[in-house]
Amino acid sequence: MAETTQNGAGQAGSGSAPHTLLGADELILNMGPQHPSTHGVLRVKLKLDGERVAGSECVIGYLHRGVEKIAEHRSYQQFAPYVDRMDYVAAVSNGLGYCEAVEKLMGVEAPPRAKVIRTLLTELQRIASHLLWLATHALDIGALTPLFYCFREREEILKILEKYCGARLTTHAFRIGGLQYDAYDTMEKDVERFCADFLKRIVEYEDLLTGNRIWLGRTKGVGVLSGEDAIAMGVTGPVLRASGVQWDIRKAMPYAAYDQFEFDIPIGKNGDTFDRYVVRMEEMRQSVRICRQAIGKIPAGPILAKVGKVLKPPVGEVYHAIEAPKGELGYYIVSDGTVQPYRVRIRPPSFVNLQAFDKMARGHLVADVVAIIGTLDIVLGEVDR
Amino acid sequence: MTDIINILRQHSFLVIALVKCGLLLFILLTVLAYLSLFERKVLAHIQSRWGPYRVGPHGLLQPLADGLKFLFKEDPMPAGVDRFVFLLAPFLSLALALTSLAVIPFGPQPLRFSILGTQYETSLGIVDLNIGLLVLFAITALGVYGVALAGWASNSKYPLLGGLRSSAQMMSYELALTMSVVGVILMAGSFNLREIVTAQEGRMFFGLLPRWNVIAGPFPQIIGFFCYFVAAIAETNRAPFDLPEAESELVAGFNTEYASFKFAMFFMGEYANMITVSCLATIMFFGGWTSPFPSAWSWTHFIPSALLAVLGVLLLIDGIRYETILGKLVLPGVGTALCALSALLLFFAPVNNYIQGPFWFLLKVFIFIFFYVWMRGTLPRFRYDQLMAIGWKILLPLSIANVLLTSLGILKWGLR
Repeated sequence: MAETTQNGAGQAGSGSAPHTLLGADELILNMGPQHPSTHGVLRVKLKLDGERVAGSECVIGYLHRGVEKIAEHRSYQQFAPYVDRMDYVAAVSNGLGYCEAVEKLMGVEAPPRAKVIRTLLTELQRIASHLLWLATHALDIGALTPLFYCFREREEILKILEKYCGARLTTHAFRIGGLQYDAYDTMEKDVERFCADFLKRIVEYEDLLTGNRIWLGRTKGVGVLSGEDAIAMGVTGPVLRASGVQWDIRKAMPYAAYDQFEFDIPIGKNGDTFDRYVVRMEEMRQSVRICRQAIGKIPAGPILAKVGKVLKPPVGEVYHAIEAPKGELGYYIVSDGTVQPYRVRIRPPSFVNLQAFDKMARGHLVADVVAIIGTLDIVLGEVDR
Repeated sequence: MTDIINILRQHSFLVIALVKCGLLLFILLTVLAYLSLFERKVLAHIQSRWGPYRVGPHGLLQPLADGLKFLFKEDPMPAGVDRFVFLLAPFLSLALALTSLAVIPFGPQPLRFSILGTQYETSLGIVDLNIGLLVLFAITALGVYGVALAGWASNSKYPLLGGLRSSAQMMSYELALTMSVVGVILMAGSFNLREIVTAQEGRMFFGLLPRWNVIAGPFPQIIGFFCYFVAAIAETNRAPFDLPEAESELVAGFNTEYASFKFAMFFMGEYANMITVSCLATIMFFGGWTSPFPSAWSWTHFIPSALLAVLGVLLLIDGIRYETILGKLVLPGVGTALCALSALLLFFAPVNNYIQGPFWFLLKVFIFIFFYVWMRGTLPRFRYDQLMAIGWKILLPLSIANVLLTSLGILKWGLR
């Protein structure tokens, strides 16, 4: 399973004659890489019996940029902006994971003020990422309007990020050892205003979707993934939690300042698309809760730990994982004592979660395929790296 | 010269019909173009954005720009298509959609006019058939060919799936659609659309309510209307039943391989169908051109002119505010025209009386079309199997039950 996740679709067709309901030939439908709802350049080869999916194969790599190899030829600081380009809708989370991994490798710790600001921005980014998921997921299922509502709120978050570090998408918000910029003067006020506003807006989305018969029909029982299967395939994040497994790295192995805040981990029961929807909606509420706790509690003090201009971590290796909006984002870094990492391996949540696609899609209809791609919440920049 | 006039006089029926066809076609195509702008604008405002705003004031010239764009775009013929069928499909789609409007009557009174001393009289609407409803359903039922053939002839998988979906969908819903109006036919005792409206004239509940089929009669056709409306949306392939062209699943569905004016024809066909089913809903269930107010309330006759005047004044005010030259010209121009129309209605009672029927008719159709757009802005899309289940398991039994109940009602209480 190098760059192609082959999930048995190949075996179904080889050898024996295809078994379809009416004894007709299977139709092989190529979905993507240019397709409105494969969320980027994912290509899915679908084996169809009528409209029913008999097997699927995800072909990835259209966005491969060799990020891990690039890391071996960049200094530790130079590589930091590259990680923003993996999950480009949650750049802040990517940066947090990388910076903390290098800090762990070097044995330094960010100052408390930096930690709280990091947590605050990362949670805002989680909301932004989930909003983008909701927007596109609803659009895939045919609801046009939530897209514009979600982008309206996401815009507010991006404005806060822009005010903080000058960039909206690929932010490079954090530095190894802490922060480069301190919180701007009205940041807490902006966040508070957003939080108050957002809690009202989220009710609007739920009015449009949660009780909607069509939405329920399209999501309930679609793409069911059991807890055991999810664990066996290494699925993480909201997809795992919707299957009833209570696993969130923010609670299990707290990083940044998460141990200082109170929040709940929402879990689902059935592991279907609707549960994943409910889990992510609740996660957005919990993120607002964390943000509100952080406001007014940002400790005074320095924002950058003492790290030299030239970073030379000691010889060794480290694995550090954070709970990115899409799941466990892990960085495995091997240092040979020079200014450049010897090897960087990234465990992207989207790539691993995509494995569950075939299991979830089999037996469903073409219309469900787009719902399942949407509910997995993949970003191809991260899948292909 | 006199020979020609004589020939025209002898065949006056044909000439008048042709002129009416031309007029209706012209009006219809303009309305279709502006319907797309209307949909985009309403949808935009539902979605907290502005919609087209650049081409002309408030995007008013956007339909023209779109039309030009469609005309001048490259029109590629994909490899491996069945050329004849590929070309036939959009023609079929549009032609059938436009034809079906021929039997719709738009108002009660016939139009009387004289040319060169001869009196002529003609109904508002192209033909007045005594089997109008059957003809209409026959034509709309043929519409499925446009979509199915397009899907097949494209020689491509997405259109094929779209074509298959739409054939299944339109055929299933055809049944429910036809069954749902049987109650109305029973109550009116006629297939003639004009007579169906006439049967709904009059008042009930001490003259407070109009006697429209949807609320009146031996058995109110509210179930029938529900079935009809749902089936009609499915029949016209509109959200939330827009599976044949589900863009998030099938790229663009049956019209994926179509470009340029061929695509525009499908597009116009869809909108024309929307108008047809809205007209039919108005005629069958909402009393066609009858006013919702008692005829004793003579002030209601001034509603059209008041509406036009308000709209005209709004446009005039907006035109003064507008900054671009086009805006300064177009908006006040249209505003003045509307105000003039309003004044015309106000001061010429015969004209005002004459347009009452068409006004209410078009207003009701407009409300239906607004409803269409509203639904598109609100609801997600059904899945193929759910769509079929609704058609066969809910709508069809419901509409059959409606037929039975209506018949029983008529047996028990008689007509009216």
